Amino acid sequence: MVQGMPTIAAISTPAGKGGIGIVRMSGPEAMEMAKKVFRPRNGRDITSMKGYTAAFGTVHTVSGELIDQCVLLCFRGPRSYTGEDVAELQCHGGEAVIHAVLRAVLDSGAEPAGRGEFTRRAFINGRISLTEAEAVMDIVNAASAQGEKAAAAQAEGSLARRTEEFRDRILAIQTQIAAEIDFPEEDVDEADRDGLTRDVRKLSEDIDSLIKGYDAGQKMLRGIPAAIVGSPNVGKSTILNLVSGYEKAIVSPEAGTTRDIIEEQVSLGGITLMLADTAGIRENASGEVERIGIDRARNRLLKSSLILAVFDASRELQADDLSLIEELRGKPVLAVINKNDLPAAADTQRLKDAFPAYVEISALDQSSLGVLEKAVGDMAGVSGFDTDSPLLANERQRNCAVRANDAIREAADSLESGFTLDVCYALLDEALSVLFELSGENASEEVIDAVFRDFCVGK
Amino acid sequence: MFEYKSYDVAVIGAGHAGIEAALAAARLGCRTAVFTLTLDAIGNMPCNPSIGGTGKGHLVMELDALGGEMGKAADATMLQSRMLNLAKGPAVHSLRVQSDRRAYHRYMKSVLEAEPNLDIFQDEVTGIKVENGEVRGVVTSLGGDFPCRTAVICTGTYLGGKIFVGDAVRHSGPDGVCPADRLTQNLVDLGLPIRRFKTGTPARVHSRSIDYSVLERQDGDEDIVPFCFDRTEPLENTRCCWIAYTNEETHEVIRRNLSRSPLYGGAIVGIGPRYCPSIEDKVVRFPDKKRHQLFIEPCGANTQEMYLQGMSSSLPLDVQYEMYRTIKGLENVEIMRPAYAIEYDCCDPTELYATLQSKRIKGLFGAGQFNGTSGYEEAAVQGFVAGVNAAHLVLGREPFVLTRKEAYIGTLIDDLVTKGVNDPYRMMTSRCEYRLILRQDNADERLCEKGHQLGLLPDEKYAVFLRNHEELDKELDHIRHTVIHASDEINSILENLGESPLAGGASAEAVLKRPNVRYRDLLPFIHPQGDIPSAKVQQKAEIEIKYEGYLKRQAALAEKLGREDSLALPEDIDYKQIRGLRLEAADKLNRIRPSSFGQAARISGVNPADLQVLSVWLAKKRRENRGRVDDQ
Repeated sequence: MVQGMPTIAAISTPAGKGGIGIVRMSGPEAMEMAKKVFRPRNGRDITSMKGYTAAFGTVHTVSGELIDQCVLLCFRGPRSYTGEDVAELQCHGGEAVIHAVLRAVLDSGAEPAGRGEFTRRAFINGRISLTEAEAVMDIVNAASAQGEKAAAAQAEGSLARRTEEFRDRILAIQTQIAAEIDFPEEDVDEADRDGLTRDVRKLSEDIDSLIKGYDAGQKMLRGIPAAIVGSPNVGKSTILNLVSGYEKAIVSPEAGTTRDIIEEQVSLGGITLMLADTAGIRENASGEVERIGIDRARNRLLKSSLILAVFDASRELQADDLSLIEELRGKPVLAVINKNDLPAAADTQRLKDAFPAYVEISALDQSSLGVLEKAVGDMAGVSGFDTDSPLLANERQRNCAVRANDAIREAADSLESGFTLDVCYALLDEALSVLFELSGENASEEVIDAVFRDFCVGK
Repeated sequence: MFEYKSYDVAVIGAGHAGIEAALAAARLGCRTAVFTLTLDAIGNMPCNPSIGGTGKGHLVMELDALGGEMGKAADATMLQSRMLNLAKGPAVHSLRVQSDRRAYHRYMKSVLEAEPNLDIFQDEVTGIKVENGEVRGVVTSLGGDFPCRTAVICTGTYLGGKIFVGDAVRHSGPDGVCPADRLTQNLVDLGLPIRRFKTGTPARVHSRSIDYSVLERQDGDEDIVPFCFDRTEPLENTRCCWIAYTNEETHEVIRRNLSRSPLYGGAIVGIGPRYCPSIEDKVVRFPDKKRHQLFIEPCGANTQEMYLQGMSSSLPLDVQYEMYRTIKGLENVEIMRPAYAIEYDCCDPTELYATLQSKRIKGLFGAGQFNGTSGYEEAAVQGFVAGVNAAHLVLGREPFVLTRKEAYIGTLIDDLVTKGVNDPYRMMTSRCEYRLILRQDNADERLCEKGHQLGLLPDEKYAVFLRNHEELDKELDHIRHTVIHASDEINSILENLGESPLAGGASAEAVLKRPNVRYRDLLPFIHPQGDIPSAKVQQKAEIEIKYEGYLKRQAALAEKLGREDSLALPEDIDYKQIRGLRLEAADKLNRIRPSSFGQAARISGVNPADLQVLSVWLAKKRRENRGRVDDQ
């Protein structure tokens, strides 16, 4: 085992999929860190667990709030995937839960794993062959490029842009301090200490509220907004249940059953969708409640990047179907021609011609899932795209913001308690280099450039 | 045929880099020669007559702890001493002295002369003989042909030196010394990429032509701290400095004559240092600034020459008179040595390993301005490192490299060989990410052990360090085990300092950790018997205890980031052969040839994914090697 390697953590199950989510930790302190967030039912000390054993219990944030029930699997190096000590926390698979668990683990001191890092360690520790490792090497760069692209695409209004803003604010303070310290005999106006203290404290508070806001908004950011529409009883809810894996919407043969918008995070073809199950669109809605539902459905359609339009192949196209075809013209629609297990009665050619893509399935048949996945992947133009990347990018950014803020808070404290400027100077440096880590730029060069740009110094 | 003496190490240039290189090599037992254009310019200070300053004071003290000479010479020849940044915290305390430049020269010349293994020779080295990619000898302008195994280039601003005063241009080094004009072509022929940098200096003026009555006076410190940790003889300020200011009239003269400045007329192609702007640059770049400050500094005890720090210029002589005479106090100033800009040849430091040896030519080393830096102190520390490594190469010893977490010296050299330079590089505290733990006051704690192991820190000096170290340990232990009991005496002191009084007893350590409490405030309580430790130990103990939390935090950070620096990369990797590595990264890595994983990570253009690929490849390599060993 390579000595002194940091303990790393990541979610090791695909996003938005499956009933179980796994957070994997690997490294010398895996079990010690797990101990900070996992409480076993049997009350034993988990750090003395043997390899290939499990414990049942609950997983908590570092401040002790309950997140979920959880199974802890313990692997001891070198007999583990990576060859190091590995702890796996297995819990219920919801996005929110699994991300909260990852968060807790990172807060307990683990570092977010880089792309392919588990595999890299597995190779370094002799657990996998060179061929396997080289395959990973080939994808590492490709995947990181795609991840960066995805992160950039998602950067609109996200943490990335805000952290950059904070980086600039720290840079401005650091530039002032560096100018004063490196050019003490020159007429650089010295920052007033109270003002400096206020600025640093404010910075820390702002980053803090950014992190909190990010946490709250995270759920909204995950997944492509998508909708499922169709005339009543063509099988929308059945399809939704098919892709989400368990019964959520009320499915009954009575038309107009689904009156509200049910939004479900589902993973199809590697794409995470925020899929809205909308009320069936009917021209002559039976009541006020259903009409409201229909308005919402139309609204949701406008916001969707992908629309699954469901039609019933076993009956002739109805007036509702025809008006739906009109309404969806020019939109990113995948026509889902359902019930192909029954004798065909609809003019399916008309449907195939009307939309950019179509599939013919029976929602009652599990194998239809694969067909749908492929079609959705093709539709979104990102087949093979790994949705972990932007999420991971964001989690890394969050982790950086948290670490940076730790140093900034300490810097503000040092100023308030009357410590000399060199302490604040060093702590802000630490914060800056953490934030610059993301872009790979060099923090000290930036500070020096700014000093010479903003101050007339040098003899 | 006459046979010239052969050497282990030939040092080209006897400036601040050359001196340290030659002394280090000779003291390590190598037959060493130092070549200089003139014996009268050994250890010359062609620019400011001072040693130290922010970041630079750290370098001098580190060098002292390793067994270098600069600190001793600076202490011995100082005219005035000031500790800068005293109010800003111990990490950035920076010692700066005004030096008697002729005395400094004489000091260094006699130290070189006294060194048994060292020959000093006045001649211009015009070529380096290389066979099979290795240094074989140096040849000189007078026909000297000296076999040698290594050569250290410390040519300063003399290599291809060209001086500009307005449109008066001449090929020259500083202070009327001829330039070294022929070596550059030889280096180009050897395949070294050569670039051109420039710097400048202000005028030296006659003291009697200055009206001191209207200037601000700046005195030295009352308690003088020496550069050398073992110096016991007291030091004394014998001269002071003066502060003056430019005004709108000065700026107007400069603006009116900008077209006559070779800087702005395009005559100068070299790239100048950002931190050392000419007065033309300052006026142009900061037009809103109503005045610029200048320091008037003595050049020596026995001279009337005064240095106008902050007013370097390449303007024509008539404009210099006009410009300087607009300044209050300088209305009748008489110039003795005019200001000038100087261009010179240097190498790209990414051509060097961290040992400062060329990647292309075995046995060829560089130090100082040749490596793209500026400043006497930056030059001296590189000279030391290059000299040690040249000697180690000859002696078959391990390379000597300091890391970023060990020293400012390590930071400086890592910056040079990893990132390269775009303009002359100056040390600054902001370049050093571990500056809380890399302080002047603990330079001895950090480096004396290494200096002694190298064999360059003499036993007597090392013994002083050990004594201090022991005394410090004892004192820290004593402070941690002393309880201060609440009393009117301590509580009135605490209240005066704005700290809350003690209720019962508290450890001296806890009281000292309070930000407003100084060690000296607690002396009567920590040492009631009067057995007071030395001032140096007092200061060190105070810092270690008061800043403990922050020091530990940074030490942990250094530990974490430093891990990658201990992962060595073989020198002979062809990065282009590594599957999965991006082309840009492979190019950069092939050019820089990092010696460790950490250094690779600091190269711009090498991203985290590249490092992952590299580490898998390394592990593969290790396993193959292990396989080979097993086979045997």
